[in-house]
Amino acid sequence: MGDEAFIEVDGVEKVFDVRRRTGFLKRERRRVQAVDSISFRVARGEMVGYIGPNGAGKSTTIKMLTGILTPSGGRLRVAGIDPSRERTRLAHRIGVVFGQRTTLWWDLPLIDSYRLMHRMYRIPDARYRENLDRLVELLGLEDLLEVPVRQLSLGQRMRGDVAAALLHDPEVLYLDEPTIGLDVMSKARVRAFLRELNAERGTTVLLTTHDLQDIEQLCSRVMVIDHGRLVYDGALAGLHEVGESERMLVVDLERELPPIEAAPARVVKVEGPRQWLAFPASESAAALVARVAADHPLVDLSVREPDIEAVIARMLHSPAESAQVPREDVGRVIS
Amino acid sequence: MGAGRLYLAVAVGGFRRYATYRLATAAGVFTNTVFGVILVFTYLALWEERPGLGGYDQAQAVTYVWLGQCLFATLAIQGGGAEKELMERIRTGEVAVDLYRPVDLQLWWLAGDLGRAAFQLLGRGVVPFLFGAVFFPMTLPTDVGRWAAFTVTLVLAAVVSFAIRYLVALSVFWLLDGTGVNQALMIAGVFFSGMLLPLNAFPGAFGEVVRVLPWAAQLQMPADVLMGETGVSGALAFQAGWAVVLLAAGRALQSAATRRVVVQGG
Repeated sequence: MGDEAFIEVDGVEKVFDVRRRTGFLKRERRRVQAVDSISFRVARGEMVGYIGPNGAGKSTTIKMLTGILTPSGGRLRVAGIDPSRERTRLAHRIGVVFGQRTTLWWDLPLIDSYRLMHRMYRIPDARYRENLDRLVELLGLEDLLEVPVRQLSLGQRMRGDVAAALLHDPEVLYLDEPTIGLDVMSKARVRAFLRELNAERGTTVLLTTHDLQDIEQLCSRVMVIDHGRLVYDGALAGLHEVGESERMLVVDLERELPPIEAAPARVVKVEGPRQWLAFPASESAAALVARVAADHPLVDLSVREPDIEAVIARMLHSPAESAQVPREDVGRVIS
Repeated sequence: MGAGRLYLAVAVGGFRRYATYRLATAAGVFTNTVFGVILVFTYLALWEERPGLGGYDQAQAVTYVWLGQCLFATLAIQGGGAEKELMERIRTGEVAVDLYRPVDLQLWWLAGDLGRAAFQLLGRGVVPFLFGAVFFPMTLPTDVGRWAAFTVTLVLAAVVSFAIRYLVALSVFWLLDGTGVNQALMIAGVFFSGMLLPLNAFPGAFGEVVRVLPWAAQLQMPADVLMGETGVSGALAFQAGWAVVLLAAGRALQSAATRRVVVQGG
């Protein structure tokens, strides 16, 4: 009691009974532990990234947080409400955006869906007008309001969906892959908007994504889930450290040469005059480039950031090392 | 109050969504008119052989045909209403989005489907019916009260029709694909609602059974009320009874279904 926790998850688990046909009229029952005793707290106004491989339990957690799934065990509260018991009451206070799904009326102009939200969430007229005007301006929807949703591009539709989720001033916004399939400009626009939303209105944001840049640009805190268990909860920087994440320097040389030697970087692949050097994410790329350039004929280069899946994969596969890392400033490693 | 406005907005949306597809509507009007003409001549030949079949004279048989064409799309007798979209949303898991909303799932889809039905009646049903009334002898009431009662039977027919299709759509939560049930729905709908032949004309015990099934509430009841072949209060009670039973069943199935919504991924 007394703490600022807006979302409280205590030892929550979800078990599914899956029936599978194993033969003619024969069924096998199998218990699948989708979420295995996870606990975390999110304070009001926090922006948290929630990541993990496909099937790790992310969506199940979000479905429990929004009340469309009932936990098999544990305690769960959002804004003091038990979501599965009072789904409809909670729905007025949360917003949900799926990158791959839409809440908008496909056949009708965008504005019709917004008018529906107006009625659905019983938004007072003045507030509806004000919010609509603000969202239309911030998300650049002026020219799209009269366009049927089916004619919108993916990026436009996504912005339309984000606006739809925010018309009723939700206190918490759940975003599931909000930038999936978007081009660079659209991604930047959605991210900039979310940052502003969080800064100015203090909206709590829980973001599920596979895009590391979403997390880097938006979230100060990351939670990693794998096989239904929370395996990391802390700062993004700490995640790299725990996961011993590596960046990749790709260099094009003038001609084929033997693998470059530049420890701590190591060559992981050679293809004609092109070589791939993996180096710790914590090392400076500039220093490495300078060293390589000093004694190799360099034509072109690029640095690739580690993708989040790789970081997590490495982290999950080296429990012994990661176990040594937990320090207060790095974050908790749970597992 | 607020809820009423919401579901009204949903119904208006349903109406407008179907109104967007003008070419499809025009094609539907044409099809129903042509089908009506074919059926009328078939019926006339049949009633020539069997006068008074099902208690109808020739003009009543013709009226029945055109009412059938008028209500064919309105009541989504062979499917193709809200349930089609709902099945697709369940199959893809998109129905989760609907569950995040502070609305009742069944009322939401009912409102949308009634909006659709209203459009199909005005945009697609009225023209074939008027065509029939102009070019063929029909039995139509002259008193306003009968027309009013007929209008009420239409609304109840639309609700019963929705309630049946909603149940069928929810089955996709378990079956994971709606192709099979859709076909069953289509055949049952066309046959049991009396699209092929008035249910009154079905003989013996089979006829007795068919006339008390919920599909009888769709075309047979409005037709008999319109032509004065049955008592108004009995027809309304029959329709309302089925509407309540089927909507309640839909509600029960819905709460069982939403408990397993997770199955369809992501």
